[in-house]
Amino acid sequence: MATRASHNARRSTYGCLSVRTLIALFVSLALSSLAHAADSRKSGFDFMQPSTQATQLDDTQNPAMLWVKDGQLLWNKPDGSAAKSCANCHGEIARMRGVAPRYPAYSSAQKKVVNLSQQISQCRIEQQRATPWPFEHESLLGLEAAIAKESRALPVKPPEHPLLVEAQKRGTTLFNQRIGQVDLSCRDCHDTLAGKKLGGNVIPQGHATGYPIYRLEWQSVGSLQRRLRGCMTAVRAEPYAFGASELVDLEAYLAKRAAGMPLEAPAVRP
Amino acid sequence: MARTLITVPETAKAGEIIEIKALVQHPMETGYRRSSDGDMLPRDLIRTFTCHFVVGPTAASAAEAGELVFAATFHAAVAANPYLSFNFRATASGTLVMVWNGDKGFAQRETVNLRVS
Ligand code: HEC
Ligand code: HEC
Repeated sequence: MATRASHNARRSTYGCLSVRTLIALFVSLALSSLAHAADSRKSGFDFMQPSTQATQLDDTQNPAMLWVKDGQLLWNKPDGSAAKSCANCHGEIARMRGVAPRYPAYSSAQKKVVNLSQQISQCRIEQQRATPWPFEHESLLGLEAAIAKESRALPVKPPEHPLLVEAQKRGTTLFNQRIGQVDLSCRDCHDTLAGKKLGGNVIPQGHATGYPIYRLEWQSVGSLQRRLRGCMTAVRAEPYAFGASELVDLEAYLAKRAAGMPLEAPAVRP
Repeated sequence: MARTLITVPETAKAGEIIEIKALVQHPMETGYRRSSDGDMLPRDLIRTFTCHFVVGPTAASAAEAGELVFAATFHAAVAANPYLSFNFRATASGTLVMVWNGDKGFAQRETVNLRVS
């Protein structure tokens, strides 16, 4: 018999960083060299324990597949006052192949840059005329996971649009900006300190190639915005609200930063 | 909305040992954790899992007991959305009946047909 071990013990320790951890962090930050190799990019997958990697690689074990299954059922289910399913307009879900690697993208309907979950919500509200789902709703995550899964192994490929370029620029500024009482930027951790230990966790390079993910610590599937808000809380910064344009800007920059890397959604992360 | 993901080969040769995999959505709340408001979160665990095999070419009814293939007891140390895998020697066609029972009246029953040639 095989089961996954519990992460309950770790659940309570999540949140802010301890003083000891912080001192260690600043020492290694000071000692780190700022070497930038040509393509030394690595997925968060490469920083995980073999057992967690095995869970991601086997769809019969990956708990995110429960959400995918739900999303696949929703895809064919008529909803809203238009009584239409996603499939009525888009055909089989397999036709979504190639869509997820392009997000965030400029939406001419919404006249702004949106992420995949905001595009799904747009269709739910405007096309199906159904009641919107709140952020992190199980059904929304399920549809997003099912759509993203269709693009597995395809390279991240942000489209070209002047307004997307603007969003990426704003995202770059946010990524380099020091935040929170701990006064660290995303870049400090995910470029300079990547590969080093923080408490019990290895700091990954922060490439968002597997979203939405099943996170063992959450015991659930969650969005990239949930992940980013977690990083902000960890450095004692006030996280942006779900759906905030700043979070979409960061997502847009992360997609540019990970361009060419293969999509691995729905990934499993510690 | 309990959801399951069960993986069983559709067909097997008589005498073949097959692998059965079963994933179920469940929070597996230990009863030892507090909410962000400091209140104890009530225990909410799956307690037992059983898999029976009912021989016969048609789908088994809820009343048929069949032969016990595998059973497990769950405790607080098992992670949310527990995954099980176990083996079974297939000798005849029939139905695998899997049942999860737990706290708060949790009861989930799934059946899978197996064709043995
Ligand atoms: C104090 C260091 C630190 C800072 C600052 C930080 N992060 Fe993180 N980040 C982490 C750690 C540690 C993880 C991995 C946690 C885990 O799952 O084990 C992570 C995970 C991530 C991931 C997920 C990568 C994956 O493989 O799924 C992304 C994306 C990310 N961070 C982006 C950001 C962004 C954007 C910022 C700035 C707003 C930021 N992080 C700030 C430490 C940091
Ligand atoms: C009545 C028809 C209709 C329905 C129903 C509908 N959509 Fe759409 N969908 C569209 C149209 C039109 C567009 C492109 C314009 C836009 O952004 O709204 C689109 C765009 C999309 C895109 C972006 C595709 C790309 O290439 O960037 C995704 C993803 C999507 N829909 C998902 C869904 C999902 C999920 C559902 C079900 C919850 C759904 N749609 C229901 C008509 C529909």
